Amino acid sequence: MIHLFLRDVGLSVRSGGGFGLALIFFLIVVTLIPFALGPDQSALAVVAPGVLWLGALLACLLSLDRIFGLDFEDGTLDLLATSPLPQEAVYIAKAAAHWLTTGLPLALAAPVLGVLLNLDFEIGKILGLSLLLGTPALSLIGAFGASLTLGVKRGGLLLSLLVLPLYVPSLIFGAQAVRLAGQGLAYDGALVLLSAISLGAAAILPFASGAALRINLR
Amino acid sequence: MLHVSNLSVARGGMTLLSGVDFALNAGQILVLRGANGLGKTSLLRCIAGLQNPVEGQITAPETVAYSGHADGLKGQMTVLENLAFWSSIYHGPSAEVALDAYDLHALADRPAANLSAGQKRRLGLARMQVSGCALWVMDEPTVSLDADNVALFRAALDRHVQSGGAAVITSHIDLAIASARLLDLTRFKARGLMGSTAFEEALE
Repeated sequence: MIHLFLRDVGLSVRSGGGFGLALIFFLIVVTLIPFALGPDQSALAVVAPGVLWLGALLACLLSLDRIFGLDFEDGTLDLLATSPLPQEAVYIAKAAAHWLTTGLPLALAAPVLGVLLNLDFEIGKILGLSLLLGTPALSLIGAFGASLTLGVKRGGLLLSLLVLPLYVPSLIFGAQAVRLAGQGLAYDGALVLLSAISLGAAAILPFASGAALRINLR
Repeated sequence: MLHVSNLSVARGGMTLLSGVDFALNAGQILVLRGANGLGKTSLLRCIAGLQNPVEGQITAPETVAYSGHADGLKGQMTVLENLAFWSSIYHGPSAEVALDAYDLHALADRPAANLSAGQKRRLGLARMQVSGCALWVMDEPTVSLDADNVALFRAALDRHVQSGGAAVITSHIDLAIASARLLDLTRFKARGLMGSTAFEEALE
């Protein structure tokens, strides 16, 4: 399993792998928002938590169909299915690799990019923490959606429709934590709920996704 | 090693083969023959566990090495990296063994994307070596190979069965393996199956 994880991370960092796509998209969204909303700094600070979380979520969505799509097209998934590796392990390795190359860079970049939206750096750190705890759920749910839509030609639209409703709880609690921190209120409750979504997804989805993979490869 | 009894195979909801019976012991090679669309690939996918049979029983080792129409190679990775990856997934023999078998040493550091079709296929076949599985299930393994490389494949197959392995292969060309058994699947064609096109159906 660790070998598949390392291979996927290696492939996404190499040319044509799509690493950095999410980060660049996030950067574009965050730099364009102030131009769209106007120069009112207090207004920017109000919308910053929600906009940053939404930007990160959409950036995550960009690379979802690559998680299984490329391996499905070149026959690797068939070969992995006949290997001693269980399908659940394939899913975990791929979701983990997606998080490491998408979620983690977003969480690390968010505090710095928050400054562009007039978000205090201290609050930005809370934003980074909330993304660190929340993006695993985005990768896990996204990889599950990708395993469901495997083999559907141009399945990106279907994948987005499936996955976006499941992203809503993470978005609510993530943005809520940052907003509460900005008002100087206790925000740990929201962070706990955010972590709970990630942990719950990690506990349940490997089995659901393993079953989906087995059905779709037939 | 492999026992198939009264097997029915379907694809896209249509039963293609029924009543397929054969057994394969260690040290044997079975070559499956039959026209296009007869169900050879579906049968192999059943044996490899990628597809469920409609009815019947398959007794096979828990993991088999499967090679299909696609080689499952990653273009950005070198030949050696591709083999090393599969070797670690199967906990099989090292990639060096496979490089030897298919004379791939000169290509070891080339990205797989830069290989020709025949070279890619050789790399795909070399993957079987690093699987360490006793049963090889191969769908048209010699596609795009030249005569020299078919000989390399035959030698690798020979070594595999000499060391107690077995192989099920579909092939349209004559592999010229003396020890191989031939099985024509035409006689297992499911009854009631019409011609594959409306035109053929109209003719019948």
